[in-house]
Amino acid sequence: MHELRRRFLKGGASAALLSPLLGTGLLTPSAVLAAEWNKSAFTARNINDALKAYGATGAGETRDIVITAPEIAENGAKVEIEITSNIANTRSLAIFADKNPMPLSSVIEFSGPVLPYVRAQLKLSETQRIRVVAKTSDGKTHVAFREIKVTLGGCGG
Amino acid sequence: MSAPIKIRAQIQGETADVRILMQHPMETGQRKDENGQTVPMNFIQNFTVSLNGKAVIDGQLNTSISRNPLFTFKARGIKAGDKLSVTWTDNLGERRQDDTVVA
Repeated sequence: MHELRRRFLKGGASAALLSPLLGTGLLTPSAVLAAEWNKSAFTARNINDALKAYGATGAGETRDIVITAPEIAENGAKVEIEITSNIANTRSLAIFADKNPMPLSSVIEFSGPVLPYVRAQLKLSETQRIRVVAKTSDGKTHVAFREIKVTLGGCGG
Repeated sequence: MSAPIKIRAQIQGETADVRILMQHPMETGQRKDENGQTVPMNFIQNFTVSLNGKAVIDGQLNTSISRNPLFTFKARGIKAGDKLSVTWTDNLGERRQDDTVVA
């Protein structure tokens, strides 16, 4: 409850700060605005806290987010995954690794001519489930999962 | 001084593949060096990709992105002569920006 209120206040404040700039043409609403690093979501130590901080607890499971990844990764320090969202108006993709020390790995926001697609390389601490959360421009969240087996973990020394 | 960002756009019909390689150690803060000392956390937190001066991709990263992060994106309507710029900022406040013109 409190967190929601805080986020609301914060959102309101930044909108107020930015609105004088909108008129000048320096910023247009269609462009992505460099978002502040979401500290509470990124530093959350378990998947439930991370999903909560990111605002994705109510995400519905979908088959329209396609995750391509190796079934078995030999080296957890570099596991390549490829994500395509076939959901209309996808604005952002967030990659979570359920069992990593800090599950939220990255959030990518798209605008303009960029398609909701990304290929990236993750560090995975152990065999686990990857989940990708897509947010659409109407504020809805969707989620898809993918299991990856890791033979050698990639988070420690 | 950090190493340059490599940016490459490959036009394939309607869409273009945009590949971005940011050279960065992406230290998790959990690794120990050969003397048993913990290597402090050092990772890219934010990056932005701009097309002709307009931000089109905004990324927030954690330590769990691999060393020397390589990202591939797809975009419609990129043509030769377009300017792509990438800027990153890490947790220690270091920044790097590089530009390229699509060939």
